[in-house]
Amino acid sequence: MKTLPAFIRFNQISKHFGEVKALQYVSLELAEGELMGFIGPDGAGKTTLLRIFTSLMLPDSGSVTLGELDVVTDYKKIRQIVGYMPGRFSLYPDLTVEENLHFYARIFNTSLKQNYHLIRDIYGQIEPFKKRRAGDLSGGMKQKLALSCALIHHPRVLVLDEPTTGVDAVSRMEFWVLLKSMQQQGITILVSTPYMDEAAQCDRVALMDHGKVMVVERPSVIEDNYPGQLFSVKTNQMYRLLAELEAYPEVKHVFRFGEVIHMTFNSSKEEEIVPLIKDYLKQRNHEQISVSRIKPGIEDCFLSMMETPQKA
Amino acid sequence: MWAFIKKEFYHIFRDYRSMVILFGMPVVMVLLFGFAITNDITNAKIGILDRSKDVVTREIIQKLISSGYFLPEVNLESNTRIESYFQQGSIKAVLVFEPDFALKMNENKGATVQIILDASEPNTANILSNYISGIINTFMSQKMKDQMIVPVSIQVQSRMLYNPELKSVYMFVPGIITILLMLVSAMMTSLSIAREKEMGTMEALLVSPLNPFQIIIGKVIPYVFLSLINLIVILLMARFVFLMPLNGSLTLLMAESLLFIIMSLALGILISTISKSQQQAMLLSMFALMLPTILLSGFIFPIENMPLLLQLISHLMPSKWFIIIVKGIMLKGVGLAYFWKETLIIVAMTLFFIGLSVKKFKIRLT
Repeated sequence: MKTLPAFIRFNQISKHFGEVKALQYVSLELAEGELMGFIGPDGAGKTTLLRIFTSLMLPDSGSVTLGELDVVTDYKKIRQIVGYMPGRFSLYPDLTVEENLHFYARIFNTSLKQNYHLIRDIYGQIEPFKKRRAGDLSGGMKQKLALSCALIHHPRVLVLDEPTTGVDAVSRMEFWVLLKSMQQQGITILVSTPYMDEAAQCDRVALMDHGKVMVVERPSVIEDNYPGQLFSVKTNQMYRLLAELEAYPEVKHVFRFGEVIHMTFNSSKEEEIVPLIKDYLKQRNHEQISVSRIKPGIEDCFLSMMETPQKA
Repeated sequence: MWAFIKKEFYHIFRDYRSMVILFGMPVVMVLLFGFAITNDITNAKIGILDRSKDVVTREIIQKLISSGYFLPEVNLESNTRIESYFQQGSIKAVLVFEPDFALKMNENKGATVQIILDASEPNTANILSNYISGIINTFMSQKMKDQMIVPVSIQVQSRMLYNPELKSVYMFVPGIITILLMLVSAMMTSLSIAREKEMGTMEALLVSPLNPFQIIIGKVIPYVFLSLINLIVILLMARFVFLMPLNGSLTLLMAESLLFIIMSLALGILISTISKSQQQAMLLSMFALMLPTILLSGFIFPIENMPLLLQLISHLMPSKWFIIIVKGIMLKGVGLAYFWKETLIIVAMTLFFIGLSVKKFKIRLT
């Protein structure tokens, strides 16, 4: 992947809204045909970055280029080759599924018939409901319709702003399968998501927080580069476990991770740490104690980077 | 482009509430202004205090009643109760004949009749007073003629041109046409553009290759059609419900209205480029368009009577010029030669607003 020439280049992008610095000197490059995920919590600057790329916003400083095109000066050409699916549902709820699709096809100077093959996989799933008003669709179907509309003009680059937010787990999975098939057709995809577990679906991910890109790397590489070793702890007294683990000497990070607690240590004798922790917890009347070393996920990496910011 | 227009029509026809506003409003407004809000006086209730009760006073009272403008509600015996009748609001005026009315009149001493009016409604009081004195004057000159006395006074004969019966509906119809065209065109377009912004669909439109001009035209054309339909409805109602004549050319009226519609649409787009939400667009069009249109266009209050500052402001109201044009065509039956200046002013305003709104239309967010 990395050997391919850069197709999209973000160069030192900054953008602020009043006092809020939405983006600070963001630079990154994408190869053609890549599926890049922008991952970070709300307010990390994902939407702003994607809007600057789609020429909807002007950066305060820095430049974005797509091939030879600059998103500021060549915005008309950019808008023809980029498909954009905004974060909010952006279709007309009072038009039917079919009417929405026809409308978006027409304003991009194409027709549904002409490009039906592009969206057959997706549109096929919602076609039985084509006479239904878009406002009456379920969340997952709305997303599929919005994706169909964004793809109808055969864009070379597809930009999706949090497409899976507010969509059920099954539809989210299906959605990623669809994106992969889009990528197979040679479309470069930029997708933002607040869900860390979706990172693995991307070729590379850019972890973002507070307007900065902390790292741009393949998900597996990010996980392999996790500093130190990660342990998962679980007992029958989860309620007070967090506070007690935080009080443990040598501890580096402790954070709740769903049903369990993930933690890292400053100690170098990491192989001995498991029995030490078990004793420590036994003294404090915990039972059913399980401590095990685990492979870090993207979220662990993200959280550890938030504590010690790295240079992107 | 065509797709855009089609989409806009879908929006309009599927939103039954705005449909009701669009087509119900003209009908309701014309009926309201035509029937309810009227300055004409019919069947005004009056009281009569006749201290003379002779042939002449009876004859005058008879004349008043037969004019159709007045209804004698009470016959008073003394002036003690006048106040309480006015306080109840049951009568609008009291006519007081002095004692020995006929006698004094025949002796050429001059008889007096007093009109006491409820001026808490100044307009009505004024009109009533005029009507009553008019009727009494006619009666007097008639009497003089009968008695072969040549009146020394000068007779004023007025003839009301263009609206001989002084029907206020003649005055209101041009005003309603103006208000409604303004309302439908400006408010509806500004609302529909603001809605796209609110729903986030504007984002999707902006990233499309459509340029601002195409978006604006696509938004505007459906409303031009609707406004024209409204215009026709109002004209038909004026013609067949209120029997208002159309003295001038219908084609010219339509052409001028089209011009005014385009002007209002441009204004609506301008409003929507400034406002962020539908609510804002609504308030802006209400305060920036509707109120000045009603108050400063000469539709209800004559511009000539306003203080100089307001007169100057009224020149900036497109509706003022349009009302002059509509009145010219409908009532006076004159042609373009008589209001080319007004037309030109509206053309200039139209170009100004279109230019400004295309310039202000943002090709990006924020």
